[in-house]
Amino acid sequence: MAASSGTAEPTAPDGAIGREPFAATLGSLLRTREATVIGALVVAVLTASLLVDSFATSRNAGYLLLDVAAIAMIALPMTLVVITAEIDLSVASTLGLTSAVMGHLWTMGLPLETIIPLCLLMGACLGAVNGVLVTVAGLPSLAVTIGTMAAYRGLAYVVLGDRAVTDFPLSWTTVITGRVPGTEIPWIGLVLLVLAAAFGVLLHATPIGRGLYAVGANPEAARFAGMSVRWVKLWMFVLTGTVAALAGIYWTLRYGSARADNAFALELSVVAAVLLGGVSIFGGRGSLPGVIAGVLLFGSISNALRLARVPEEALVAVTGLLLIVSVVAPNLADRVREHRTRRSRTRHATTRTPTKPRTEQHTGGPHA
Amino acid sequence: MTGGTGGTHTPDPAPARNGNGTAKRRTRMARELGLLLAIGTLVVVTWLYNPLFLSQQSVQDILLGATLLTILAVGQGTVIVTRNVDLSVGSVLGLSAFAVASFLTAFPGVPIVVGIAVGITLGAVCGVVNGALVAVARVPALVVTLGTLYVFRGIDFWWASGSRVDAADLPAAFLGIGRQSVLGIPVPALVALAVVLVAGHYLYSYRSGRELYAIGSQPAAARLSGIPVDRRIFGAFVLNGSLAGLAGVLYAARFGSVDATVGTGMELQVVAATVVGGVAIFGGSGTVYGAALGAVLLSTIGSALPVLQINQFWQQAVVGLLILLAIGLDKLLAVRTARRLREGRQHGG
Repeated sequence: MAASSGTAEPTAPDGAIGREPFAATLGSLLRTREATVIGALVVAVLTASLLVDSFATSRNAGYLLLDVAAIAMIALPMTLVVITAEIDLSVASTLGLTSAVMGHLWTMGLPLETIIPLCLLMGACLGAVNGVLVTVAGLPSLAVTIGTMAAYRGLAYVVLGDRAVTDFPLSWTTVITGRVPGTEIPWIGLVLLVLAAAFGVLLHATPIGRGLYAVGANPEAARFAGMSVRWVKLWMFVLTGTVAALAGIYWTLRYGSARADNAFALELSVVAAVLLGGVSIFGGRGSLPGVIAGVLLFGSISNALRLARVPEEALVAVTGLLLIVSVVAPNLADRVREHRTRRSRTRHATTRTPTKPRTEQHTGGPHA
Repeated sequence: MTGGTGGTHTPDPAPARNGNGTAKRRTRMARELGLLLAIGTLVVVTWLYNPLFLSQQSVQDILLGATLLTILAVGQGTVIVTRNVDLSVGSVLGLSAFAVASFLTAFPGVPIVVGIAVGITLGAVCGVVNGALVAVARVPALVVTLGTLYVFRGIDFWWASGSRVDAADLPAAFLGIGRQSVLGIPVPALVALAVVLVAGHYLYSYRSGRELYAIGSQPAAARLSGIPVDRRIFGAFVLNGSLAGLAGVLYAARFGSVDATVGTGMELQVVAATVVGGVAIFGGSGTVYGAALGAVLLSTIGSALPVLQINQFWQQAVVGLLILLAIGLDKLLAVRTARRLREGRQHGG
């Protein structure tokens, strides 16, 4: 099969049978978006360690984790949502509303032990509202979540106005930024690890997770294959809402401040990280390792630039450029490769009479 | 639809709208009338509550407030009709506003027309960048313009580097654009009106305008039927960029003081106005008249709530509910139209 296209190296037919699939797998693995992003992450971290003095310290790594934690958390379920070919732009507003409600309940005198479960429950409900509007009412998620983005943020202002609640107990706020004893790893790093593992298993190792790709790539086919497309999508939105609320609790305690405008416009950063990580905006493609690398790439670049005292504005431009390059480059590469294959195929066709071109086998496949 | 156009131009090709044109047109008309009704009701109720709402000064403020959002909504509507979206408009507006303001401060002697041209051209250049990336590199518009949102804003920050231009530095003639009015209507509002009418006429009556709808309804079919899809999409982005540039010029003229944060978060407001105005988020239907009316409705709500003594914090929540209501209504109408057509076909044999 490798001999047909001009780009693949000609394989020796004798001893290479056992090795060829491995080499091919390795080659295709290295060509994936995930590998590119992870490679970029490694390059970025190495460069930053060499050029920026205080970057490669365990202390700084801890801060880096604290900084990216909210985006990283929300990016996990967002990946699943985008893979099902939907999107949720209301996550930052859910975060803000959670923060506002948390502050309000705290001023009413409830203990945090009660507030936190209530907030998580509210997040699940907010996600369910999105999910129901998308699946039951059949509305496009892009429009729905632009609507709920405004609505949830608005409700956050209704709940808390432009006040800030800052008198959270020190015992909670120091724990959230505290480190695991004996290390520089913040507790939230462990939480992230557990969450990432859970979502990784869900997406890559369960039938439901594998089914998400089918739902995103071809909902019709997924339905015929026995997936309940609506039910799956609904749960993805509920999951996203819950995790966004968790991020809201983290955000509030980390900065010790509950405000209605917390994490304004964070949804754009989350979506940018997910897309940078190689998830297709059209659904059906992407993986969690790629997304995690994407989040860390954004995080370490901005951390390094900040340490190097590069002004904040450069960060914004770099974020945008990275995102554009990450989608334009593979697209252009694909087109170049396609062009080259087509040219070599026509050259094959003219030099010797073709031995039944592959295309015919392809079109013949479904009929057989 | 609204303006009865002289039919000198090519007939409506509408290749992708097979047969149900009249039904769709009726629902589209209904959307614009409904929006007018909603705006009218809101204005009357607010006026009954407090007659000062319709005082000369207040009306001028409302019109001015709606201007920027309306111009942006017209451009955004044109892009969304082609099944694309431009999230970078807020950044383009900010960049253009800062460019005009610093240009006129640096060269006080230059005629203000040149300054205005600089702003619009810069917007057009941003549109060219977006359009080229979307049309040539064939990358989804949502992703590209999310990227350029950051890039344009980054350039703006880098250029301004913390400084701001104040009204005192700008030529009085330029600031006059934002303050003068003709027949009681502020000049920027007249500009917005002209933009709406010209763009609406173009989309309704010109062949290339109709082709935008065909592209949005069914890109593959549009390509097969010989429409230069890439060029049209590119054109829509350039138009949208120029309009965002124009909005930036008007912002600078009206407010006078400009820093690098101007227009932040505007993109989602504009998309919201467009969706409320009945432009389907996945392209192919809706008019820029609707988009403009959506923008007017959203900004009128903004001015009416304080008069009605409703807690101003409710404003954003109300806007959110309105968006959900609008897309819900669209869906309902689409389902009913589809059912009616199906029944009609059964009866008709």
